[in-house]
Amino acid sequence: AASLETHPGPYSGNLTPTPHEDVTHYNNFYEFGMDKADPAAHSQGFHPLPWTLEITGLVRKPVRLDVEQLLRSAALEERIYRMRCVEAWSMVIPWDGIPLASLLKDADPDPRATHVAFESVLRPSEMPGQNGGLSGIQWPYVEGLRLDEAMNPLTLLALGIYGETLPNQNGAPIRLVVPWKYGFKGIKSIQRIRLLDHEPPTTWNRLASDEYGFYANVNPQVDHPRWSQATERVIGAHSLFGAARQPTLMFNGYGEQVADLYRGMDLRKNF
Amino acid sequence: MSSDSTRSPAAVGRMLKRHWRVILYPIGMIPALWLVWQGQHGALGADPVNVFERSLGLWAFRFLLACLALAPLKRFAGINLLRYRRLTGLLTFFYASLHLLAYVGLDHGFDWGVLWTDITHRLFIILGMVALVLLIPLALTSNAFSMRLMKRRWKFLHRLIYPVAVLAGIHFFLSFKTLNDVSAPYLAGLAVLLLCRVLPRRRR
Repeated sequence: AASLETHPGPYSGNLTPTPHEDVTHYNNFYEFGMDKADPAAHSQGFHPLPWTLEITGLVRKPVRLDVEQLLRSAALEERIYRMRCVEAWSMVIPWDGIPLASLLKDADPDPRATHVAFESVLRPSEMPGQNGGLSGIQWPYVEGLRLDEAMNPLTLLALGIYGETLPNQNGAPIRLVVPWKYGFKGIKSIQRIRLLDHEPPTTWNRLASDEYGFYANVNPQVDHPRWSQATERVIGAHSLFGAARQPTLMFNGYGEQVADLYRGMDLRKNF
Repeated sequence: MSSDSTRSPAAVGRMLKRHWRVILYPIGMIPALWLVWQGQHGALGADPVNVFERSLGLWAFRFLLACLALAPLKRFAGINLLRYRRLTGLLTFFYASLHLLAYVGLDHGFDWGVLWTDITHRLFIILGMVALVLLIPLALTSNAFSMRLMKRRWKFLHRLIYPVAVLAGIHFFLSFKTLNDVSAPYLAGLAVLLLCRVLPRRRR
């Protein structure tokens, strides 16, 4: 990974990042395999550059971004965010990226646009997990946000971690980070962003709609059908009898920034 | 035989020959010790509790499959290893119990509130729990004394292993987000072993 020019951004608080080794070797990235160790082991043949990210759909000025240029952008900022996986574990990750809102504004969204659809790369020759398999996942991976969620200042397109370009296993070269939502919303290796006037399908919701909702907001009061979401295992202890569990925070601790987005909504129904 | 103090070398030899299989029990427990050792030395990775808990469950499932394989092995391949049914069955119970203990103690820190919700609301947990509860009478009556005492009822009771296998199979399937390379071979193995039991017996 190459080092990045980055400056501290807002919302980082005083969180202590999870060790680099764990952030880069404990990953869910089914394109490279289903075990947490698979992405680090099987992503070394993936070529993240050159890369073009396009923003199309209901926009007045479709954008084609050269990610190599974006990596040299002065706008890169560090955001240290909590990351809560739907599987009830959590990390703290120092991302380097650009607020999604600033890129969407450049594309000048049409007033009819209500949602944003994200599409990951489809490259079976470099992503062993995309070759058939038993999972039943339809590739490429797709995700979505409401436009107001996408425009929230917390929402980040990350190009790096720990001041370096993203390792392949973390979603190189560019990925989404939505810190108040479960980790699977953070789609990796994004090639296409489209603005729509309707809610787009999302990969895990398509596979098991009773377990993974469109919103997927971190919520300790709404359990997963197979486990409680009230608490989370803290990644990074490495010792069987010294591992910690901590309470999960509503909106993963970002309620001050995002609770207004969901005012009046039943979060049990819209989980 | 005379009293212990005067046991002759020949008698000791006879006893070892009869009871040598006892050493298979501690050998079967080595994977558990190995997991504990790895856990204490940082070798279970970033989420050691989860790996520990799942690995114990997987070992329980492996011994369950081994136990279920013994009868078909004799019937279809003529290899008689039925004397290992008690060993494999008790090791299944041993690993399933440790699996539960890891879930209750290590994973949830004996948080009874969370555990109560789990065992009253989540099919995934309920199936696993019922499977383990059904194993208890099998483990308790796995000795020769119970066999003699219960006679035909013993055989009937021990057919409980089939519902246990079905429940454990569904629990195992549900423990992954999707079907995958890890779970599929085990589930296929279980399906084959259960199908063996419903094949009609040839009349003699």
